[in-house]
Amino acid sequence: MRLDGRFGRFGGTYVPEILMPALEQLEAAFLDAQEDPAFASELSALLADYAGRPTPLTRCRNLPSNIFLKREDLLHGGAHKTNQVLGQGLLAQRMGKTRLIAETGAGQHGVATAIVGALLGFETVIYMGAHDAERQALNVFRMRLMGAEVVPVESGGRGLKDAINEALRDWSASFETTHYLLGTAAGPHPFPLMVREFQRVIGREARAQMLDQLGRLPDAAIACVGGGSNAIGLFSDFIEDDVRLIGVEAAGKGLDGAEHGATLLRGRPGILHGAETYVLQDEDGQIAESWSVSAGLDYPAVGPEHAHLKDSGRATYVGATDVDALAAFKALATSEGILCAFESAHALAYALQLADEEPDSILLVGLSGRGDKDVAQAQQLLGPSA
Amino acid sequence: MNRYGAMFDRLAGAGGGAFGAFVMLGDPDLPGSARMLRQLVQGGADMIEVGIAFSDPVADGPVIQAAAKRALAAGVRVNDCFGLIAEFRADHPDVPVGILTYANLVVAGGRQHFFDRAASAGADSLLIADLPAREAAPWAEEMRRVGIDPVLIAAANTPAETLAAVASIGSGYTYCVTRAGITGTHAEARFDAALIEQLRGLGAAPPVYGFGISRPEHVRSALDAGAAGVICGSAIVACAAQGGDVAGLVARLKAATRNDSPPQ
Ligand SMILES: Cc1ncc(COP(=O)(O)O)c(C=O)c1O
Repeated sequence: MRLDGRFGRFGGTYVPEILMPALEQLEAAFLDAQEDPAFASELSALLADYAGRPTPLTRCRNLPSNIFLKREDLLHGGAHKTNQVLGQGLLAQRMGKTRLIAETGAGQHGVATAIVGALLGFETVIYMGAHDAERQALNVFRMRLMGAEVVPVESGGRGLKDAINEALRDWSASFETTHYLLGTAAGPHPFPLMVREFQRVIGREARAQMLDQLGRLPDAAIACVGGGSNAIGLFSDFIEDDVRLIGVEAAGKGLDGAEHGATLLRGRPGILHGAETYVLQDEDGQIAESWSVSAGLDYPAVGPEHAHLKDSGRATYVGATDVDALAAFKALATSEGILCAFESAHALAYALQLADEEPDSILLVGLSGRGDKDVAQAQQLLGPSA
Repeated sequence: MNRYGAMFDRLAGAGGGAFGAFVMLGDPDLPGSARMLRQLVQGGADMIEVGIAFSDPVADGPVIQAAAKRALAAGVRVNDCFGLIAEFRADHPDVPVGILTYANLVVAGGRQHFFDRAASAGADSLLIADLPAREAAPWAEEMRRVGIDPVLIAAANTPAETLAAVASIGSGYTYCVTRAGITGTHAEARFDAALIEQLRGLGAAPPVYGFGISRPEHVRSALDAGAAGVICGSAIVACAAQGGDVAGLVARLKAATRNDSPPQ
């Protein structure tokens, strides 16, 4: 390995020895690609002409107008996930791999991986917790339409963490032909660093668009945090600026109980899925089952860079409950005509609260994905008359 | 000399290899697990490997995943596992006992505290499935200070520099894996004489083959490839789960470690 793969005390490569050569190969391919102008131009052409970048920055008209939405919901695939699967897909090609595997929670990352599998010609296998596959049936079908095989995972809580376990097991036996296209800025080095670099386009564009539209930077950048990829993508180009960085975790049914996904708020440092980071766990270190109305935030660990940003104080992390998120989802639909993902609704929920407290602050919200996948669930939760 | 050293010397003198038997502590429950440990010794196991169940065992196949699940469902806690080891140690003062587990259980209550508890229970070694050589040095240092041997993994795809680190950091024995992948019983395990030779050349702790050992012919070919011993996990765990004759299985596999065992 060329880099130490740490963010302060967090990160590292806590994987079985058998996987280390695969991580080393990936790190080398990523670092070489970063220096290769041909890679950069191929990726930016795909981002522009295939995926639809740049995405707009939309100022709210009927919700508080100090809220600006970075519209990753308009990206091809329906979420920010597409940014980084294109990057990793090109890397997999450079490494000569023929097969992609991925985990998915909400199904968004599975869909994004299926997209890149179809586009670049990989055999694609998606591991998805059986519980998530049930609540996101439409996304399962989308993946299959694009030629991916979807494997429901029955172990553990049948959620995102169990899908990652299964993908890691597959990769331990298949790395010679297979790239594990991890879906968020978590896991062992080099994933957190690589996914951040592929996602930082969100913040880079948003920063330029803020300067362009308003002539100034926002006071705060707000994003939801599941594994942490859209948040780190939004934050990275503001790290050196005087801009508050606020990550919104899933407070689920409330932070006082156990049914939430608020890893940074309620977890403690541990080691899961290859990284030292905050983890929801019991006293012995057994991993807890998380909960969120949004499958994509339902994960008991978090990317190690967020653990570092929290401990260093550079970013702050707050929670939004299922109820808060659903209210924000509805507000955005009725006031702005935008259906956002339940995940993104967590960021918006906190922004609405902050806009109330600070009417003069400019708030940049990462609208990480669109809500089509959540419409059936919203109908159940809100009732047919919405 | 520690228990591993004494065991390997004794077996080498007798012209044979070590047979290690793996079970998950607390599977299916605490009393059942204590009985199982006794059966392993009755069957002739030279060294015992015990798993401490983790909720997210990424290096394990379905058989050992299921064992971990049974132990956790029975309410088995990490402290109970140390209790089982201590009980076993009291009855069997000379049989080496190695712990296999995952990093988060080790750090959850403080790394040093885990090592202390392992040592006072009478364990001899600790293999952490998700701790590669790249991360292991400070952990190994702390283990050794309390008399626990850090066991590291060497695989056919492990690069030479990493093998050198495995050799210098690891002690007790070196856990060699037969193939890429996760634990489980596989029909065609391959044993790499070149890996063994490389490890011997680096002065690594005695190489012991694990992953996929389920039949006497696997045992024989692992030893023929130069290994100092073998560890059988999934086959034993599956046999126990089906209520089979575990001592009998261990005896059959152990018989294949003797130099006078019939050639395969
Ligand atoms: C729309 C959307 N936003 C956010 C997330 C959370 O992931 P991350 O924290 O990596 O951005 C997901 C995950 O599936 C998602 O689909």
